[in-house]
Amino acid sequence: MTDQMPTPDEETAPEPAAPPVAPHLAPLAEAFPEAKFEQSAAGQQVARVESGRLVEFVQAARDAGFEMFIDLTAVDHYRQRSGPRYDVVVGLLSLKHNQRLRILVPVDGDVPSAPSITDVYPGANFYEREVYDLFGIDFTGHPDLTRIMLPDDWDGHPLRKDTPVGAVPIQFRDTNKVL
Amino acid sequence: MAEPPGFLTATINSIANWSRYNSSWGATFGLACCAIEMMHTGAAHNDLARFGMEVFRASPRQADLMIVAGRVSQKMAPVLRQVYDQMPEPKWVISMGACASSGGMFNNYALVQGVDQVVPVDVYVPGCPPGPQSLMHAILTLHEGIKSGEFVRV
Amino acid sequence: MTDEVTTEEEATEAPHPAPSETERRQLHDMWASGTEEPAWVVASTAEGAQLMLPRDQATGEDVAGEGGTLVVDDRLFEDEAAEAETTILNMGPQHPSTHGVLRLQLELEGEVIRRVKPVIGYLHTGMEKTGETLTFLQGPTNVTRMDYLAPFHNELCFSLATEALLGIELPPRAEAIRVLMTELNRVSSHLTWVATQGMDLGAVSMMIYGIRERELLLAFFEKTTGLRMNHNYIRPGGVAADLPDGWEEDVVGILEGIPKGLSDYHDLLTNNPIFLGRTQGVGVITSEECFAYGITGPPLRATGVDWDLRKTQPYSGIEQYEFDVPLGENGDVYDRYTVRMEEMVQSLRIVSQVLETMPDGDYRTTDLKVTPPPRKRIDESMEALIHHFKIFTEGFKVPAGEHYQAIEGPRGELGHYLVSVGEAKPWRLHCRTPSFAAIQSLPIMMGDQLIADSIAVIASIDPVLGDVDR
Ligand code: SF4
Repeated sequence: MTDQMPTPDEETAPEPAAPPVAPHLAPLAEAFPEAKFEQSAAGQQVARVESGRLVEFVQAARDAGFEMFIDLTAVDHYRQRSGPRYDVVVGLLSLKHNQRLRILVPVDGDVPSAPSITDVYPGANFYEREVYDLFGIDFTGHPDLTRIMLPDDWDGHPLRKDTPVGAVPIQFRDTNKVL
Repeated sequence: MAEPPGFLTATINSIANWSRYNSSWGATFGLACCAIEMMHTGAAHNDLARFGMEVFRASPRQADLMIVAGRVSQKMAPVLRQVYDQMPEPKWVISMGACASSGGMFNNYALVQGVDQVVPVDVYVPGCPPGPQSLMHAILTLHEGIKSGEFVRV
Repeated sequence: MTDEVTTEEEATEAPHPAPSETERRQLHDMWASGTEEPAWVVASTAEGAQLMLPRDQATGEDVAGEGGTLVVDDRLFEDEAAEAETTILNMGPQHPSTHGVLRLQLELEGEVIRRVKPVIGYLHTGMEKTGETLTFLQGPTNVTRMDYLAPFHNELCFSLATEALLGIELPPRAEAIRVLMTELNRVSSHLTWVATQGMDLGAVSMMIYGIRERELLLAFFEKTTGLRMNHNYIRPGGVAADLPDGWEEDVVGILEGIPKGLSDYHDLLTNNPIFLGRTQGVGVITSEECFAYGITGPPLRATGVDWDLRKTQPYSGIEQYEFDVPLGENGDVYDRYTVRMEEMVQSLRIVSQVLETMPDGDYRTTDLKVTPPPRKRIDESMEALIHHFKIFTEGFKVPAGEHYQAIEGPRGELGHYLVSVGEAKPWRLHCRTPSFAAIQSLPIMMGDQLIADSIAVIASIDPVLGDVDR
């Protein structure tokens, strides 16, 4: 459970302050020592957080100046890595510092589940519904977790990698049903 | 001296078809990108009014031509069919654009692969998006078909 | 059939019992379908749990969200409607004023909107899934059809994300062409918005005028890219072709033609008392709410927040050009209108600077990894032919990694999140679209307003449903 990232480097000792975090992230790094702050190849700030502390982390990030909610999505790393299958990706923006922060939250399981951040950013509502719809990730604590893009009686979650792309024949739902 | 009263012989059908093709009213069924081109067709530069077509009806009850402009998703298909069912007979359908005709480049789970799976289509317009000229050509083709009685199903 | 169901008392009380719920529903269905067939179609368009629930069945959080009261800021709505008699009204998805296939469920108390629930997905095209099956070079074909009023912006965003993963630099001419096309595209998108905004508020002639000016731009786009919309012109590594001969005259024509049109619009709308009455103070949103809901672009700037990605996180060398960021004050429909009208002027200002300073050189990178060899070499050399063939069939491999690229689209922050695993196709393509966030905020803007204002509000956030549903 200690390291689920794609490249487990278990032999190296934990390096708490090896990559110095930017000053605007210092309060976050202090409060969440287990969160991993990294730079992506193109120099974007990424933080990896366990799903258990996501809500607290997001709350702290908002207090640290990331006032704007930008994005929430998921990535299915099906057969791409040994750790958890999905990443929930939260994008935040700080207008004050002119900085972005991307939070990656690994989730796993047959019914993967992550905490909902709608209490912190109400704007996450539709985004979480979309991820629920297309990936089947359950957001606990979401006020109204229903499908959003697909019809309500759809089977499956099309953006999962084990769902084929292909077209499905046109289907009307049970035709003689009267409400 | 007064002209002798003229008279005209025709079949009821040909008169009915003549009046139908001259005033086919469209139901707005703009869905996606193609709808923007449909708007352009109706607006100043291309001026669909030249063909007795300037009225696009918001209510399907008052329309007899449905231009399906854009991609039809699985979620939209029942709505499309319902709007079609609400239109009074005789009615015609133009499938505008690659998406409406065949699913276009999106051969995936979300789209109906051709609106002809949901409603009967009279004229298909190729293009992505078809330009206003293509749409007008399709409309004129439809007019021809209505006039000759080819497209009337009652 | 119902006789058997009716109980004794009811039968004696009313000799002609009122039709049951089922019967009324069937009658309505028959009316709706216009045929004798039982109209299953009506039932089939219901979306079950996605629809708005009556107030007594909805949970508290639901009601707060749909009433637009989740963000605590200076405006608080009274929750009076619980007592009063309310109606749930369905609007869309086939509705002329919803800019496509948006469906809104409104809870009305008389003429006043108490709760709003947008139902979206009627244009869900599965583009994120399709994007995983196309190579990086084909990717712009897919995303350009997403926000069909801003095709260049989508292509640009995708290309920038790919280039960031590849780590390639572009020649200055490619960057300048990109800026030119995207800024013209911003104008054409805003022209469609002003046309529809006017029409939705009853100024039908605006539709004709707005599109009249747009034709100018589309003609130039067609000349340059071959298509009026959905161009697939900006591609990873540059643009697909150089600007056509004589493009300067066309741009000069645009720079002269559009401002004339704009002054017409100002005559028609800006000082029109009806337009003012229907837009000022309508559909207010505060900057706190914008932050919480991720609303960017003109609606955010209309609240007075100076945030434009072209200034703060510039891309494609747009920082070389001089332009102002117009701001509003009140965050209402009218301020969004003024911000967009001024943005068109500023975009034209950028275009005129590009026209003067257009550098010479290549219109795409010379990095042979992404750029096919020139046409002439293909005729001469087998290797060049193979190279060309490989790029267009297999595509080029992009190093593993993930990247989020954001640009300032006409509607706000447009972001593409690409995950590559080192292959020629993206592992995951996610599009963060501005309209999606804006649609979500409709309850805030519409809450406790008159139903007639809902049309003005929808038009003012300028949603493109292809952008919302993807
Ligand atoms: S055919 Fe092309 S332009 Fe028309 S809806 Fe489909 S993608 Fe859009």
